[in-house]
Amino acid sequence: MALLLPQLIITVAFFFYPAGQAIWQSMFISDPFGLKSQFVGFGNFEFLLSDPFYRASFATTAVFSGLVTVASMGVALFLAVLADRLIKGSGVYRTLLIWPYAVAPAVAGVLWLFMFNTRVGVVSWYLGNLGYDWNHVLNDGEAMGLVVVASSWGRISYNFLFFLAGLQAIPKSVIEAAAIDGAQFWTRFRTIVFPLLSPVTFFLLVVNIVYAFFETFGVIHTITSGGPQQATTILVYKVFSDGFVGQDLGSSAAQSVILLVIVGALTIVQFRYIERRVHY
Amino acid sequence: MSGMVQKRGFGHYMTHAGLIVGVLIIFFPIWLAFVASTVTQPEIVKPPMPLWPGDQFFANYKSALVSGVNAPVARMLMNSAIMALGIAFGKISISLLSAFAIVYFRFPGRKFFFWMIFLTLMLPVEVRIVPTFEVIARFGMLNSYQGLIFPLIASATATFLFRQFFMTVPDELTEAARVDGARPMQFFWDILLPMSRNNIAALFVILFIYGWNQYLWPLLITTDPSMNTIVMGIKQMFPSGDDVADWPVIMATSILAMVPPVIIVISMQKLFIRGLVDSEK
Repeated sequence: MALLLPQLIITVAFFFYPAGQAIWQSMFISDPFGLKSQFVGFGNFEFLLSDPFYRASFATTAVFSGLVTVASMGVALFLAVLADRLIKGSGVYRTLLIWPYAVAPAVAGVLWLFMFNTRVGVVSWYLGNLGYDWNHVLNDGEAMGLVVVASSWGRISYNFLFFLAGLQAIPKSVIEAAAIDGAQFWTRFRTIVFPLLSPVTFFLLVVNIVYAFFETFGVIHTITSGGPQQATTILVYKVFSDGFVGQDLGSSAAQSVILLVIVGALTIVQFRYIERRVHY
Repeated sequence: MSGMVQKRGFGHYMTHAGLIVGVLIIFFPIWLAFVASTVTQPEIVKPPMPLWPGDQFFANYKSALVSGVNAPVARMLMNSAIMALGIAFGKISISLLSAFAIVYFRFPGRKFFFWMIFLTLMLPVEVRIVPTFEVIARFGMLNSYQGLIFPLIASATATFLFRQFFMTVPDELTEAARVDGARPMQFFWDILLPMSRNNIAALFVILFIYGWNQYLWPLLITTDPSMNTIVMGIKQMFPSGDDVADWPVIMATSILAMVPPVIIVISMQKLFIRGLVDSEK
């Protein structure tokens, strides 16, 4: 029993208590100085769900995480299929490709910001020479593009590792049988490899959505700070900016609770899937 | 044996070419940061900057490590190391103990505690930042290592993992230990821990990187520049307003921020991949 104590104390003090506070606070409106607060029940939630800014942030998050997931998984699958074709040497490429995983999202943000900086960026300078005036500080679409690329970049490593492991687990005899029957590479990929890879793909889909929702804060904060206007304010960023910058604790707490429900749902989806995989 | 499927000749070279192009594109941002950390400020602010390293490597890195912008980067590196190691060791130790308790002891409410701990799997720290911040402030842990570490070890991924592993340890071993008169803690130290060595190492790699790369949490609770971690400190080095950023020093800091986790990932690649696969199951 005493063995459980350290974990229990830490979990209660730094997890359950704050999580409970979030739910409690989400039912109050407090004045900006935190002196008084008034019980409003589900008022904060009603307000949020009818707030155009919050709805816009929902849409932004959906677009952002969709693009990050598709981009990082697409590139990773492409590279993994190539590496899987090699008899020797796939280990070397694996070593080279897992680098970016170790780079923090916030550092990745700084690297990409540097390349596309409107004043000193190399890529933006060459784009300018080609007649394209890059300015992610003012242009919504370019800002979104940049945070998507920066967020996907580090994620390619992770997806690559899982795709490569998945591809290597497919029995070569199955693929050779198809090859003997005359199926070309693309046909084999479409009809055999990709379906056999679907458990890995589904797993990565969930994990990448969770990543895009929560762990990309660093990228957004370093590159755009949620701007221009609100163009790259994803939900997690809004919890931060409303809670710490705007000091609207009730609303921020209500947003935390909504996020909590979303993570809960995603986790359940993931666990159900794992259960199913175990029964195979 | 696999000549039928794996291409030889032209196709073979195309495969390598495709991979090399992929690697180069993925490496370009890191390369550019490295180049920027070895040239002078005027070379960068007059675009296009060079694409080959200059001769200011030592000057820039020394300037970053010794003076930095708000705080010496050497200090930030130390803070990051303490935080990352604290999270890795802290989480592994408390999880080993509670997984041991849950698997090997029968006590009332065992199931309840397990599910209570299990629930924490579902909530990343980003979701509960405001109330957690208040708790830390009330304990007077702002700008402290405890404040940086504790909230991030309050989750049960590792407990869950060790529980799974302990359940695969054959009962005969436990029986044998009991027959030999080993007390529970002796069994834990002499048998269970050595058996879990690989799992612990794999988890250590994952947790170290997780801790090192934290951004939002240190950003909130370290208002004192001397407590900044390196990953969050980089953003603080950008001037507010229209001043020009000190790019060579900022890029040197970015490189320094990625070196320790990269070394760990590359040198412990096998353990790292195993840790990834385990911790996502």
